[in-house]
Amino acid sequence: MTATPVLSIDGLSVDALTPEGPRRVLDAVSFDLLSGETLCIAGESGSGKSVTSLAVMGLLPKTSLRIASGSIRLQGRELSKLSNSAMRSVRGGDVAMVFQEPMTSLNPVMSIGEQLTEAIREHQGSEGTTAGAVALRMLDAVHITEPARRLTQYPHELSGGMRQRVMIAMALSCRPKVLIADEPTTALDVTVQAQILTLMKELKQEFGASIILITHDMGVVAQMADRVVIMQQGRVIEQGDVSPIFRAPRERYTQDLLAAVPRLGAHAGTDGPPRVGPATATPFTPVSGPVLSVRDLVVHYGKKPTGLLGGKKQTAAVSDVSFDIFPGETLGLVGESGSGKSTTGKAVLGLIPFSGDVTIDGQDIGALSQRQMRPVRRSAQMIFQDPYASLDPRMAVGAAIAEPLVIHGIGNRSERTDRVAELLRRVGLQPDAASRYPHEFSGGQRQRICIARALAVNPKLIVADESVAALDVSVRARVLDLMLELQETMGLAYLFVSHDMAVIERMSHHVAVMRGGRIVEMGTRRAVFEDPQDAYTKALMAAVPLPDPAMRKSA
Amino acid sequence: MAFLLLRRLVQTALILLGVAAITFLLLYALPADPARMIAGRSATAQTVANIRRELGLDQPLLVQFWTYLQGLVQGDLGRSYAQKTDVGALIAARLPATLILMAAGIFVEVLLGIALGVLAAVRRGGFIDRLVMMASFVGVSAPQFVAALLLLYVFAVTLAWFPMSGFGTFAHVVLPALTLGILGAGWYARMVRSAMIDVLNQDYVRTARAKGLSSFRIVFRHALPNALLPVVAMIGIDIGQFMSGVVVVEAVYGWPGIGQLAWQAIQQVDIPIIMGVTLVSALAIVIGNLIADLVAPLIDPRIRAR
Repeated sequence: MTATPVLSIDGLSVDALTPEGPRRVLDAVSFDLLSGETLCIAGESGSGKSVTSLAVMGLLPKTSLRIASGSIRLQGRELSKLSNSAMRSVRGGDVAMVFQEPMTSLNPVMSIGEQLTEAIREHQGSEGTTAGAVALRMLDAVHITEPARRLTQYPHELSGGMRQRVMIAMALSCRPKVLIADEPTTALDVTVQAQILTLMKELKQEFGASIILITHDMGVVAQMADRVVIMQQGRVIEQGDVSPIFRAPRERYTQDLLAAVPRLGAHAGTDGPPRVGPATATPFTPVSGPVLSVRDLVVHYGKKPTGLLGGKKQTAAVSDVSFDIFPGETLGLVGESGSGKSTTGKAVLGLIPFSGDVTIDGQDIGALSQRQMRPVRRSAQMIFQDPYASLDPRMAVGAAIAEPLVIHGIGNRSERTDRVAELLRRVGLQPDAASRYPHEFSGGQRQRICIARALAVNPKLIVADESVAALDVSVRARVLDLMLELQETMGLAYLFVSHDMAVIERMSHHVAVMRGGRIVEMGTRRAVFEDPQDAYTKALMAAVPLPDPAMRKSA
Repeated sequence: MAFLLLRRLVQTALILLGVAAITFLLLYALPADPARMIAGRSATAQTVANIRRELGLDQPLLVQFWTYLQGLVQGDLGRSYAQKTDVGALIAARLPATLILMAAGIFVEVLLGIALGVLAAVRRGGFIDRLVMMASFVGVSAPQFVAALLLLYVFAVTLAWFPMSGFGTFAHVVLPALTLGILGAGWYARMVRSAMIDVLNQDYVRTARAKGLSSFRIVFRHALPNALLPVVAMIGIDIGQFMSGVVVVEAVYGWPGIGQLAWQAIQQVDIPIIMGVTLVSALAIVIGNLIADLVAPLIDPRIRAR
C-alpha cells in the first residue's frame, strides 16, 4: 500500500448559520485518507461525521451550513474553493457517496436503469448503449440476481438490501477515487448488513477506491477499518490504526465509547440480566402466574375481501405465536424486519385486531370491549422506538407524564404533581423537568420521560418496542440499566422487542426468535445464545459484527 | 385494470342515481311553479292546470321520478318546458364550446401554476418566492368578473388584439381561457410549491445531487414528477368544475357554454334542463376523477403495483 493521501482534510471548520449568529459544528478537523485504505469515522450523533462528508461532497445546505476555514484536497486539488459547475464533475465522478437510507435514497418514479445510467452519462459522456452496458456490468458486480431485469424495475420492487446494492453500484459506476459511505448498513437487517460489508470489501479491491466509512457501530468499525477517526462534538478526538485504538484507546471518550458497546456473548454463563441495583435493595420476590400469556396469536393485515367493492386479500403478519411472561422477567423478542415482532407487541396490548388468546394479568383481552379494556391498560404499558416522535412537542413533560393518571382518573391535581415529581426522580431526572418541554431534552432524556409516563399507572407489564434503537450507544447503555433497575425493584415484566442481538442478550431471561411471523426458536437466554438449535438463529448470531478487529471475519 | 373500470362503472351508476334523486327532490321542493311560469301571468287557473297535467306535474313525486328514470336509462333527458326541445340536444349543442373552454382553461392554469410553483420552490424564501405567493393569493381571491373585465378592457378594448366576445375562432377562446387560467393558476402554484419543497428535501434528491447532475435535471426529472400527483388529482376535479359551466366568464365573453344554458333554465324553473345539466356535470366529475386515477400510475410506478 502506497502511503500517499488521496484526500486530505486540513483544519476544516464549518459554521451553522443560526438566527443568533454562526455556531461552530465542525472545529479544525484534520485527517488524511490514504490510497486504497478504508478509513472509518466513528462517533455518536452530533459528532459532525456526516457534516464532514457533506462538506467533502460540496453538499452542505447553503442556507444553514458554511465552511468557515480549512481545506479539502483531492489528490492535491483544493475542493472547497471550486465553483459549483467544477464541483459537479467531482461529485459522483471522483468522489461518490452511499447514504444511510436505501429505502428513500432512490427516486421512486424512475427506473433503476435510468438512475444508474444518468450518472455514467453525466461523467463519462458515453452514449446510451454503452452506459446501459456499464450499468448492467455494475449490477453484476454488486451480485444482484437477474441484473438485466432489475434495470427495468422500480425501487419499490426491490428489497432494502438490493436497493443498497444498487446505490453502491451507482456510486462505483464512474470509478471514483473516493467512496464515502454514510452509515450504509444502519437501516439494514444484520444478515443483510454482513453481506453488504463483505461486498464493500470485495469491491474496494476490484475498483481500487479508497473508502471513508461513517458509522456509529463499533462492531462495523472493527470489521472494516484500516484506520479510525473518532469524532465527538465536531472535533477529532483520536485517530490511528484500528488495532491500537481498540486495544489501547488513549482518550477517555474513546474508552467510554468502546466500553458502552454491547458485546454478544458478554453474558455467557449466566441466566438472567446483570444486577444493576444497589446490593442493599431488596430484590423483588416473584409471585406465581404469568403477567402475560399468549396462545396461538394470529394477526392479519388487510381487510377481509367483500365482493365487488371490497379490499385486498389478507396476509398473515403473525401466526401461531404462544408465550408466557412472568413478573420480574423479560422475554426478548428478536428478529429482522418483517418478522412480525412489532406486530406481536402491538397485538398483545390489544392495539390491533388479532385472533387467539391473550391474557394480561388474568384477563382475557380478546373478549373485552374498548371500555372494559381500560383497567387492563393500566397494568400493561408501552414504550416506543422514537423518543422524538412519541412525545407531544406542545405538552409540558409533567403534563405528558400525568396524562395516563388523568385518563384513568387517579388522584387529584396535587397528588398527581407529587407523583410526577417522584416518577421523574425514579428515572433519574430532576423534578423541575415537569414544567419544561420535550425539545429541551436529549434523546436519552426523552426516552426516560417516556419510561416515566409508562410507569405512571404502576403497570405490571411493559412492552418496549425497539426502545433504545434510536439512541447512541453510551446513552443506550444507561437507559437499559435504568430498565433493569426498575425491573429489579418493581418486579416489572418486559416484552422487549429488538433487532439487536447484543441488546436482547443483555436484557432477557427468555428469548424468542421470530422469522416470517412465526417463532422459530424459544428458550432461556442461556439456551438460545449458548446453544442455538435453529439454523436461522445461528445465522443471526454469526452476522453480528464483533467489536474486535482481531476477530475480523474474512471477506 | 378491467376490474377497476367495472367497479368504477357500478360506482358511477350509483352516483348518478343519487344525484338525480337529490336534485329531483330539491327542485320539487322549490316554491316556484313551473306550470305557472310557462303559462304566464295572465293565464287562467284552468290553463295552468292543463299545462301541469300535460307535463305530468300533477302526478305523485315518486311516479314523476320513476318516469324520469325510465327515460334516463334510454338516454332521454326529457323536453325543455320553455324551449320545447330535447334537453339532450340542447346540452349537446353547448358541449363543444364548453369542452374547448375547459381544455384551454386547464391548459393555461396548469402550465402557469406548475411554472410559478417550481420557481417559487427553487427560490424558496427569496424575493421571487414571495412575489409568486402574493400573486397567487390575489389570483385565488379575485372575483372572476373583475379579472374578466380587466382582461377585456386591456386586450380587447385598448389593444384590440382579441375579439370582445363570441365563439368560433382561436382568437375568441384566448381571453376566457386566460381568465380561468390566471385565476386557477394560484391554486396550482401553491400546491406545486409546497409539494416541490417537500420533494426537494427528500433523500433521493440528495442522491441526485451527489451524482453531480445539473440543477435543471434534478428539478425537472428527479423532483417534479414526484410533485405532480396532487396536480393530477386537482385537474380531475377541475374537469368536473369547468364542465358544469363557468357562468360568469361565459356571460362576460358571450361564450355559448353549458353555464349560460343552466343559468337561463334556473331563472325559468326549466326543471328538465336543470336536471340534465346537473347530471352531465356529475358525470364529468366522475370522468375527471377516473382520468386522474388512470393517469396517476403513469407518473408513479408504485401505484401501478397495487
